[in-house]
Amino acid sequence: MKDLGAETVSLTLNGAPVTCAPLAGERLSASLRERLGAREVKVGCDAGDCGACTVLLDGAAVCACLAATHQAAGARVETAAGLATDPVGARLMAAFLAAGAVQCGMCTPGMVAAGVAVLRAVPDPSEQQVRDGLAGVLCRCTGYGRIVAAVMGVGGTVADGDVGRAAARVDGAAKVTGAERFGDDVAPPGALVVRVVRSPHAHARFTFGDVGGWSDGLTILTAADVPGLNAFGVIPGFIDQPVFAETHVRFRGEAVAAVVGAPDRMAALDLSGFPVTWNPLPPLTTPNDALSGAPLHPNRGDNVMCRGLVQRGDADAALAGAAVTVELTIQTAFVEHAYIEPEAGFAEMVEGRLHVHACTQAPGMDREGLAAILDWPLDRIRIVPTAVGGGFGAKLDLSVQPYLALAAIKTGRPCRIAYSRTESMQSTTKRHPALITVRAGAGHDGRLAAMTFDGTFNTGAYASWGPTVANRVPVHGSGPYLVPDYRARSQAIYTHNPPAGAFRGFGVPQAAVAQEQVWDLLADRLGMDPLAFRRLNVLRDGQPTVCGQVFDSGVGIGACLAALQGPWDRERVAAVAANVQGGPVRIGVGVAAGWYGCGNTSLPNPSSIRAGVTTDGRVVLHQGAVDIGQGANTVIAQIFAGSLGVPLSAVTLLGADTDITPDAGKTSASRQTFVTGNAALRAGQALRAALSRLTNAASDAPLTLDAGRLTAMGGRPLDLSRLPGAPYAVEVTQTYDPPTRPLDQNGQGAPYAQFGYAAQLAVVAVDMDLGTVKVLRMVAAHDVGRAINPLLVQGQVEGGIAQGLGMALMEEYVPHREPA
Amino acid sequence: MSFTVPDTLEAALTALARPGAVALAGGTDWFPRMGEGAVGAALVDLRRVPGMVGISRGPEGWRIGAATPWATIARADLPPAFDGLRAAARVVGSVQIQNVGTVGGNLCNASPAADGVPPLLALGARVELAGRGGARTLGLDDFLRGPRQTALDPGEALVAVHVPDPGPGWRGAFAKAGGRDYLVISIAMVGALFRVSAGRIAGARIAVGACGPVARRLTALEGALVGARPGQVTVVPGDLGALTPIDDLRADAAYRLQAVAVLLTRMIRGLA
Repeated sequence: MKDLGAETVSLTLNGAPVTCAPLAGERLSASLRERLGAREVKVGCDAGDCGACTVLLDGAAVCACLAATHQAAGARVETAAGLATDPVGARLMAAFLAAGAVQCGMCTPGMVAAGVAVLRAVPDPSEQQVRDGLAGVLCRCTGYGRIVAAVMGVGGTVADGDVGRAAARVDGAAKVTGAERFGDDVAPPGALVVRVVRSPHAHARFTFGDVGGWSDGLTILTAADVPGLNAFGVIPGFIDQPVFAETHVRFRGEAVAAVVGAPDRMAALDLSGFPVTWNPLPPLTTPNDALSGAPLHPNRGDNVMCRGLVQRGDADAALAGAAVTVELTIQTAFVEHAYIEPEAGFAEMVEGRLHVHACTQAPGMDREGLAAILDWPLDRIRIVPTAVGGGFGAKLDLSVQPYLALAAIKTGRPCRIAYSRTESMQSTTKRHPALITVRAGAGHDGRLAAMTFDGTFNTGAYASWGPTVANRVPVHGSGPYLVPDYRARSQAIYTHNPPAGAFRGFGVPQAAVAQEQVWDLLADRLGMDPLAFRRLNVLRDGQPTVCGQVFDSGVGIGACLAALQGPWDRERVAAVAANVQGGPVRIGVGVAAGWYGCGNTSLPNPSSIRAGVTTDGRVVLHQGAVDIGQGANTVIAQIFAGSLGVPLSAVTLLGADTDITPDAGKTSASRQTFVTGNAALRAGQALRAALSRLTNAASDAPLTLDAGRLTAMGGRPLDLSRLPGAPYAVEVTQTYDPPTRPLDQNGQGAPYAQFGYAAQLAVVAVDMDLGTVKVLRMVAAHDVGRAINPLLVQGQVEGGIAQGLGMALMEEYVPHREPA
Repeated sequence: MSFTVPDTLEAALTALARPGAVALAGGTDWFPRMGEGAVGAALVDLRRVPGMVGISRGPEGWRIGAATPWATIARADLPPAFDGLRAAARVVGSVQIQNVGTVGGNLCNASPAADGVPPLLALGARVELAGRGGARTLGLDDFLRGPRQTALDPGEALVAVHVPDPGPGWRGAFAKAGGRDYLVISIAMVGALFRVSAGRIAGARIAVGACGPVARRLTALEGALVGARPGQVTVVPGDLGALTPIDDLRADAAYRLQAVAVLLTRMIRGLA
């Protein structure tokens, strides 16, 4: 018998013999990452659910989080980094990039390992074999279709990066090998570890016991350690979530303290022994309860956080006069973002300044939030976003950053944190549950006359982006249709739940659930085909939205719905033919449409881009738009390269980093390609104009940069090394702010400079006996403006559909189980 | 804290007799359950104990070592009576789980929704336990006492699962209702063996999981099915009186009974 508790473990890692000394019970994933430097092994759940940590152990795919390192003694371990030099692995990685199978990249190393296991067993696998083999690795970005195609070797081809053509991601190579550094991949060795003590109750008062006696050798953080404002949030006037609760918690998972210590000590620490006494109180879990309950926040006595309104014409009168009216009430649930990367990062003090390296969608807002919490000037804080393993809205808010900052300042040492999956799900924001009633009426000719919308949104314990949801929903509640008389009211209600915030659409998808189903009911009452009803009523160029905004061009929803007509006709006929056969499985075909305004609603929303040419002739783009998997690094660079007139491969990317990139705003509301893209377009043009002046060439002359010499056709050669350069011989910064106008008290104005439009058709099989629904096919027609990179657009559409299917058919986050 | 890798059964039992010792095989249930508390446990890895891994045939039936991974069972050359067990092996978690998760771990974890249990109940499996006081065997139905409860005494280990030779003509089947195709905890599942002769059911052994504190056989229904023509069988919830499902997040009790009735009806009609 061998007792290995104090022994080292030797194994073969990617062909090389290695040795480490893990703790008993230490996960193989932890040893690989922290003792053997294999940070390409990503950790998403520590429970075998997500498969991100998949490695090959003696050739078999396993979750490295479900093995004790001691169990791998003598074994052969292969990770994505090693598979990059394996013939099957290298070919698969290339296929991933060509097929658009990579978005955020957090699942990709595990997906590649699982794919290699499939391909080694079956070189030419069927789709079913691939799906069986990959099922243990979850991807939240792509919707799987592109990944399955890559493993089957049926990926697409990519071009050179010119605008409008499919280009592989500029950051893709690092993502397939796992070299990409996410929030938990950047801390230096020996960094102290931070863990947060959280409430097990949805509503409680609490007192601390003998924290000093418990914490021997550890550093403890509580509200007393917050030098500035003990609160964070995202909307002025709604900064209401404590960094640490002081006496009273309002949701299960709320932070009350943090513990900081050396890594091995923290790994073995049982936080359940932290000395805190809870006095649980009855929680208000639904808006209905909260509206008649005691206030969660002293300044919101009725628990109504805020309301929203858009009205145009006289909806009640028009409904009363409509030939046909219908009414529908729907209810939706909390939904978890479930990005594969839990929130993580590290912070350190550097020459009196705080540097925070963490996953985020909003570096500028993170800096502002931390400055308030620390009561420091902005310029003492540097935010360096790591790669982001999926965001979908929840990484717009502060999460780990305040704890990292306070720990690094108090200890004076680099400090790191990675939320557990449980902690991530308990403590970060969710999609708002909605209770929505829509009434709508139409004439006998099928034309929409009026609609009323009343939505109540469960915003949880703190505001987060709840005001934005309350604001955006009434603006979008009509969908992309001409509704002459309209009234939409929304209210967001505080409850003892996790904060509901931003999640792909700020409440607009919930609104569409109600509005689009009401259209189906209306079409049914009118005896009209649902697609024909929608095509009749689409918003067209020159017609006012429910906010009274008129676009002279570019209202694309009519074209989207028209594109569905052929598939619709075929699928409806096929469904009827299938259903007359009888049997327990029936086929259904449905259609729905949507629209979405880019960026902030009627508020300034600028992005800035800086770019320069060095004295040795390199073109450098300071790109501050955080890429959360959607592809900002690639498309912003494509736009810039195209407008400057150089190939994508000639552009060196820097950022995002608040010390070196100007503010490109937050990655939210579908704004980066449009807003930062326009700033990049202008930056490329401005740089080109500056270079043209220096070479005395025409402004559209082709440029050649070669070994420090710039040549413009028809102009004189320019030796850049003769120009003053610190750091650039020529440098520009350009800003774009989408033009909007404020909304008046009736929500009338010009909320967005641009909308995107979408129409989708779903073919589903319903098992009539089991009540299960299987989506057989989706046809999606989207107006995205000019598709800068069609491969990445396809990825966004497919991935969005997958999340929509989850919300519609499978997912619900249930926050209220009290501890036994 | 320690990590022990015994290479004899005796050494394993000695190690398991230590206070706080935890038997570990694939780790696929233990690590998720421990979360951030995994480090520091006194673990005893049973997979190097002779006889713990692998499938063998003896004079009276089959012996499956308790630490045999599901992937091995899924690929094993076994008679058609084991088809249900092999099908269940392919839906336990994911490929990653099946490659290391073991049949013995599935039984000792004693989840009411353990996919491995109904097929083994239908096969009439018995479990072989070993402790420092000696060895004993129990029927699987006696071994599983309730949610997360087994007949294992402290320090005792599950060594093997024994499946008696079912005899000729039996064919196994497995069906599961879950929210998605993969990585899903069952709402309800059925493991069964049937023997069909001259167009009629000559024998049926049916077990249902996730519909009560432990999976169980439906002996009354088994008897009632004998003599029926498979293509004409309709099972209704009223036939499932032995089951006691609960309402939970995944489904309510009535749905579970309905799902079992549908799964069974389809399974039996598929025999025709």
